[in-house]
Formats: sequence, C-alpha cells, structure tokens
Amino acid sequence: MVAGADKLPVGAHYGLRDWLSQRVTAIVITLYSALILGIVLWHGGLDYATFRTLFAGNAFRVATFLFMASLGWHAWVGMRNILMDYAKPYGVRLMLEIVVVCLLVAYGGWTIGVLWGQS
Amino acid sequence: MAAADRPVDKPRPVYLNLFAIRQPLPAIASILHRISGALLFLVGIPLLLWGVQRSLASPEGFAAATAPLGTPLGKLVFLVLAWCYVFHLLAGLRHLALDLHIGIGLAPARGSAALVLVLSILLALIVAVRLW
Repeated sequence: MVAGADKLPVGAHYGLRDWLSQRVTAIVITLYSALILGIVLWHGGLDYATFRTLFAGNAFRVATFLFMASLGWHAWVGMRNILMDYAKPYGVRLMLEIVVVCLLVAYGGWTIGVLWGQS
Repeated sequence: MAAADRPVDKPRPVYLNLFAIRQPLPAIASILHRISGALLFLVGIPLLLWGVQRSLASPEGFAAATAPLGTPLGKLVFLVLAWCYVFHLLAGLRHLALDLHIGIGLAPARGSAALVLVLSILLALIVAVRLW
C-alpha cells in the first residue's frame, strides 16, 4: 500500500498544533472579553453614541477582528473535537466538518462587513 | 503494546446507559463545556454579529437590536447564551490551570469543577436579575 494511504481525511493529524492554538486563541478571547467588560463598566453601560465611537477607531476594529479570528479558529478546533468523538461514520463526519467550515467562512465575511462595510 | 495485540480472554461487559451512570462532577463540567461551546458557535456568534451590525447601523437599529431583551423569549435566549459564555470561559481557565499542573489531584479537580459550576450559575443569576 502507498505510504499514508490508510490515513483518514477526517483524522486528527496535528494534535499538538490544535492543542496549542486552542489555548492561545482562548487567551486572546479572554483578554478581549476583559477589555469589553472594562469598557462597559467604565461607561456604565453602552448607548448608541458610545458604541458607534468605539467602533469608529481602527485599533478597536483590528482588535475585534483578531478576537473574531481567534473565536473562529478556537471554534474549529472545538467543533472538530466534538465531531471526532460523536460523528463516527467518516462520510457523515466529513459532511458536518464541511458545514462547520462553511459557517466559519460565512462568519468571517460577515465580520469584515460589519467592521469595515459601513463607514 | 497496541490495543489490537492485547489478549482478550473473555468478552467484557459493556454498560453504557448514560442516564443510569452517575457522572462525576468533572465529567459533567466537561460535557457542559462542549455543549456550551457548540451553542456559542452555532447560535451565539450569528446573534452577536447580527446585534453588532444592527446596533452600529443607526439609532433605530440600536433600539431594534436591544428590543428583544424586553421580551421573555429574548431574555431567556440572552440568559442561556450568557451562561454558556461565562461557563465556557471559566471551564477554559480551569483547563489552563490543569495544563500548568495546578489542581490535577482528584479532590482539587472535583473542587474546581464544582467551583466553576457554582460561579457560572451565580454570574448568570446576576445577568438574570439585571434582565428582569
């Protein structure tokens, strides 16, 4: 048999990379969450004007994009872990993984639209 | 020794009725970590994007995005997702501590699982009080 031909396309492959990226993205998500909590507490709630001014800053947009990218990567590792445990027939697992990837790409495009699509 | 080479002398009993097995606290925290994560991905992210998009569009949009928080269903959805977020975050911090070999003994691991559950419920209660 050709070397590697027995490998499943839905297998685990880079375990350490997934493990590490899950944790690094978790830290990014936590830091951004703390930032948002701090901003909300500082302003004592959020009204339209404050919200709008916040998102007008490019640094905040980039930080939010980094947060969403981390969220997406983190969700990919987590959702794939769940599918590897519960979706046993690998055709089904592959289909569900494709659904997750499509959702991730859609969320990504939506995020860019929200952040930079409106002036 | 690979699993397949292991001698099997007799068929082992398989008993996996998940509703009859009493799960230990860390197992409950673990499955809730997964359920909350999946809910946040499938429901939380699209709702977050929808809310932020509408809120930024116009003052009317801001009002429209926050209007569901005035309805019982909207409050319930927000509360469930808020609990998911808080629980997932706390359970994640617990995991990071375990990775650093903090609290890996049986008793501290059970204790931290209980702590994460109780803290998340308390924080969700604060959210609930503010909502209603």
